[in-house]
Amino acid sequence: MLAKLTGWVLLGLVRLLTGAQARWVGCPPKAEQRIYFANHQSHLDLVMIWAALPEELRSITRPIAARDYWANTPVKRWITTELFNAIYVERGGTPAPAAEGAPPPDPLAPLQPLIEALRSGDSIIIFPEGTRGHTGEPQKFKSGLYTLAQMFPEAVLVPAWIDNVQRVMPKGEVVPVPILCSVTFGAPVCVGDGEARRPFLDRAREAVIALRDA
Amino acid sequence: MNAFLRSLSPTQQIATLFLVVFGLLVVVSAATFLLGLRERRNPVHDARWQEELRHFRELLQVTWIMALVFWIGWALGETAATLLFALIAFLALREFITLSPTRRGDHRSLILAFFAVLPIQFILVGTARFDLFTVFIPVYVFFAIPVASALADDPSHFLERNAKLQWGIMVCVYGLSHVPALLLLSFPGYEGKSAFLVFFLVVVVQTCMLVQHLINRRIERKPFAPNISRSFNWASWGAGMGIASGVGALLSFITPFRFGQALAMALVACIAGSMGHLVMKALKRDRGIPHWGRKGVGVTGANGLLDRVDALCFAAPIFFHSVRWYYGV
Repeated sequence: MLAKLTGWVLLGLVRLLTGAQARWVGCPPKAEQRIYFANHQSHLDLVMIWAALPEELRSITRPIAARDYWANTPVKRWITTELFNAIYVERGGTPAPAAEGAPPPDPLAPLQPLIEALRSGDSIIIFPEGTRGHTGEPQKFKSGLYTLAQMFPEAVLVPAWIDNVQRVMPKGEVVPVPILCSVTFGAPVCVGDGEARRPFLDRAREAVIALRDA
Repeated sequence: MNAFLRSLSPTQQIATLFLVVFGLLVVVSAATFLLGLRERRNPVHDARWQEELRHFRELLQVTWIMALVFWIGWALGETAATLLFALIAFLALREFITLSPTRRGDHRSLILAFFAVLPIQFILVGTARFDLFTVFIPVYVFFAIPVASALADDPSHFLERNAKLQWGIMVCVYGLSHVPALLLLSFPGYEGKSAFLVFFLVVVVQTCMLVQHLINRRIERKPFAPNISRSFNWASWGAGMGIASGVGALLSFITPFRFGQALAMALVACIAGSMGHLVMKALKRDRGIPHWGRKGVGVTGANGLLDRVDALCFAAPIFFHSVRWYYGV
């Protein structure tokens, strides 16, 4: 009850500050198992994409949240678990560290919470850059997206571009300012037959960047 | 008829006014709806005509929303009206800032603008401190914003960034705050009827914009400043001024003005409004966008709001000051 009420208040606040506009360019909002992957520029990305999704999809879609930021105070921990139903991950560890050629000892360990969520049938929202970018261009994607796509071929991979959020709350600021933001969802991509890791990740990144001007 | 209207109390008179406005809207909407229905069954007009009908429907929708907003503002009293315009100013400023690139160093100034300047300005309006509210932004905020910016330690494009923010505040907050301020002006022998003054201003400015728009669609004229606006020319501008001032003069019976005074006041408001609209067009061209708001029509409903209110933003302060100066109220 309290969570629902807080959710409404938060949603109203986010809409008032940013408009939280969803633009479904490449696919309609649909209750199927999806992996949304988006650019990452601010901690608020999580809130934005949560607010942009329609009510029915919000409950079955779990975003990932950096544990060191979103779980460091009781309030934030409560919001992320009760409201966003988020999956905590260690920062820089999601998806697995991008060491090309030399895979880490157990590449699946950091992905484990995501795998569990997908096994139970939920959709997830991930930020394959791993960390927030400083420039407008997204950084190189890490390999977790590829691994998940291979493990769950039936999940639909939807690229998303979150626009303007870094202006609402730049790194290091605490008070957000009102600026219109939008989330653009693109046409689903899928891993081609025998497609290698890097080409796929680059293609996925291109798909996200292409949405900037869509 | 006239005697009957005069016998009503101010509140009843205003209610009658809204009744007339909504009645007209209902009639026009019903006519448009039936026309659209007939067209769908057996189209007799070409695509261009259909396009015009669609355009007219959109215009009608905006008019409905504006009329409803004013009615709610009036029905709930002056405080609610002030809050309403504060919200509109907030949304308009949000749109303005979204389309003016800001840097990290502007963050504190933006917080100041949205969460300090805007509420204070509207509180000053709500409490009718006219001496302070007319100088608060041009004097105090003009000074405070660049100070906040300078303390952020980012010299690049300093003047440009600050100028943009100052402009946004002037147009969206200062301009719009003068609309509810009209409600609080007290003319001797005109108590409780200030809502008519707001109605007068809005109707006159909207008429002037609408007439210009319609004339431009009918006759092709060479635009005077094609790089700024492809539609602005002196002939249609003059026609807009003339007709809107005429409407203003005819409306003089609801205002504290006499016939000639109403004509002059309407003219002043229309010149400020239409020229302000042109200035906002120049700003949009500078940013390389056709209209305020984001690409496409938004679901938030607030997109392109600045397009609707920009004429009012410029007309309201000038109208307010000329009324106050001339009548000494």
